[in-house]
Amino acid sequence: MSFVEYSDLIRDGDVAIVYLGHESMMHVKVKQGAQTQTRYGVIRHSSDLIGRRYGSKVTCSKGGWVYVLHPTPELWTVTLPHRTQILYTTDIATITMMLELKPGCVVCESGTGSGSLSHAILRSVAPTGHLHTVEFHQQRAEKAAEEFKEHGVDGLVTVRNQDVCKDGFGVSGVADAVFLDIPSPWEAVRHAKAAMKRQGGRVCSFSPCIEQVQRTCEALAEEGFEEISTLEVLLRVHDVRTVYLPLPDFGADLSAQTDDDAAAPTETKPQTPVALKTTTLPREMQGHTGYLTFASKPRT
Amino acid sequence: MADNVDEDAPYRIKEEDYVVLKRGDIFKAVQIVPKKKVIFEKQWFFLDNAVGQLYGSTFDIVPGGTLQPRKPKDAESPADAKEAGTDNRNIQDDGKSQKLTRDDIENFKEQGLTDQQIIQQLVDNSSTFIGKTKYAQDKYIKKKKKKYENIVTILKPSCRILALMYHGREPGKICHLRYDTLAQMLTLANIHAGSKVLVFETCAGLLLGSVMERMGGYGSVIQMYPGGGPVRAGVESFGFPAHFHDTLHEFPVCHVNALLAGTLDTAPPKDASAGRDAEVKMETNSAADDVCDPEKEAREKRIEAKAEERKVKQEEKRKKLASAAALLEGRNADGLVIASRFHPCPVLMGMLKFLAPSRPFVVYSQYKEPLIECYTKLKEQGGAVNLRLADTWLRHYQVLPNRTHPVLLMSGGGGFLLSGTTVAADAPKPAGAQRAEGPAPKRLKLLYSVTSCRRSL
Repeated sequence: MSFVEYSDLIRDGDVAIVYLGHESMMHVKVKQGAQTQTRYGVIRHSSDLIGRRYGSKVTCSKGGWVYVLHPTPELWTVTLPHRTQILYTTDIATITMMLELKPGCVVCESGTGSGSLSHAILRSVAPTGHLHTVEFHQQRAEKAAEEFKEHGVDGLVTVRNQDVCKDGFGVSGVADAVFLDIPSPWEAVRHAKAAMKRQGGRVCSFSPCIEQVQRTCEALAEEGFEEISTLEVLLRVHDVRTVYLPLPDFGADLSAQTDDDAAAPTETKPQTPVALKTTTLPREMQGHTGYLTFASKPRT
Repeated sequence: MADNVDEDAPYRIKEEDYVVLKRGDIFKAVQIVPKKKVIFEKQWFFLDNAVGQLYGSTFDIVPGGTLQPRKPKDAESPADAKEAGTDNRNIQDDGKSQKLTRDDIENFKEQGLTDQQIIQQLVDNSSTFIGKTKYAQDKYIKKKKKKYENIVTILKPSCRILALMYHGREPGKICHLRYDTLAQMLTLANIHAGSKVLVFETCAGLLLGSVMERMGGYGSVIQMYPGGGPVRAGVESFGFPAHFHDTLHEFPVCHVNALLAGTLDTAPPKDASAGRDAEVKMETNSAADDVCDPEKEAREKRIEAKAEERKVKQEEKRKKLASAAALLEGRNADGLVIASRFHPCPVLMGMLKFLAPSRPFVVYSQYKEPLIECYTKLKEQGGAVNLRLADTWLRHYQVLPNRTHPVLLMSGGGGFLLSGTTVAADAPKPAGAQRAEGPAPKRLKLLYSVTSCRRSL
């Protein structure tokens, strides 16, 4: 198992995703002799996981069953331990495309946070790219580095524990893309520029507040960035269901009766509701995550 | 400068390169062909001068169609008015504020005035300009710039730019797949280097190219195509290096059922050449009956050469089919993306069988209803978890000092996505013979001509 390469069988030391049911998942570190408690009972790693194929159905001790899935950055995003607020897949997908990430890209990121975006970047730039990620919170930086190692991607990433606004990314002239998710991205714009390749590249800043966006856009323009564009992407999840629409009873329809059965007035039958396969939107949805500001660094 | 040349070489525009032209928010993909006239945004020009320049450069279009690299100084705004009004209470719309007539402007153009000079003239001859607020002045200049600036920027193609371009220019050709929806597809399907991905699309090759870009030439892509051949116009525009195409395979969907049933024969035909010759003869006999001998001979030779050519092509096609079939037969593909004008339900149900368990799939449809059907069917049939039907809203913002707000127009719909993850199918009997885990069914050798596909369509 690795987050950048599929494998068929579950091995000791893997991270596996246990699918418990609709929208309910958890990750497990597979370990010989270990056990994991779920609401369907115990999963015994040695017999239930190791050596089995990813995607298999696993019967738990109480007779319930779960599926064991191969980890992907998307599944990791919904099961990872939060150390900070994280970026979700909808924003990550947009960032990945608008930053033009692909195998071989060198990317700078700050802050690392819980590593939700980091895993997605690593997946996209592997096997020849590299991620330089900066996190000023020491414990978070250490935890992220540890996770990258467990997930078999430590060769593709360098974690630096420093303040990006003061000390930059620790590299210069190497990045194809820079991503900023910090409270004051405008203070890091010049460091972003310095980290990027002389020939140019793409930058993205994620901010929840419009005032942050305004200051960032100003800083980007001042540093000579072009094609500055701010956008927002919202996800709407549709719930597929069958709804039943009852029909009103207008009473016996006298006009429709033919002469033959005019003598016997038809009795009004209770109307059966009409079944309709449709979708509904959740009563509440995430209306805002953050504004995404993109820009291109011209050749300097 | 001289020591930079090597370092910049990969960033320079070369002859034969596929590039994207940009003016404002309008894009157009073209190939750099010497002395070839290009028409873009009602202007025509030749791209010869762009060769050797860096990607991302902006050019002035000089009368006569040549391109001149724009000097960075020129980019400054022409009229930097010092005076401005505070409101519009005294501005009357009498249609007489502009002193210049259309003929005057045409004259300026003939005299060879630059766009900045023309805009300056317009500003100087506008009686209301000074009375306008600073913001209105900016807006006025921006509008005039858009009209009179004869510039074009040349960009290196990428998934981002081509997706923007197709969505803006020809949404019908890509089933109205908006770029943010495409971005979701690539991520939800976990497209990355080294995997084996199935693509079924009728999006001019945009989705296929995007998948190939994300895979960076590592792994394999199998394009499942309907009809006589795969459509790849959009893939060309990406300008991939040659080795990317070695990872691209194709398989006609009309052979899917045969492959699943194990009745697809991709072995080299033993006596097929004899049969084909007979076929050729039959064709020619009827036509050649009333032709005199020397002509007939020449004709037969031509036909023979043609038949030979056809044979080579057939052989090539057979080999391609065999290699794609071999990739599919293991039923261990790592991902599936579908975006087509066909009903997605049968497409998904047919192709899901080629995926290994615990692999993502994403289906796009411009309409929600067929995806509801897919969802229902998958729920009934099993073999997939984590099903989600969703769409995204995309909103752009204008961010300017004191003028920040959402852009007035936004796209109404970017289509819908159904995504999920495959799991090992439940064994119908508790024999433990999980279908997805079993070996691929043995091939039965039946006569199944490669060309039968075309005939049936």
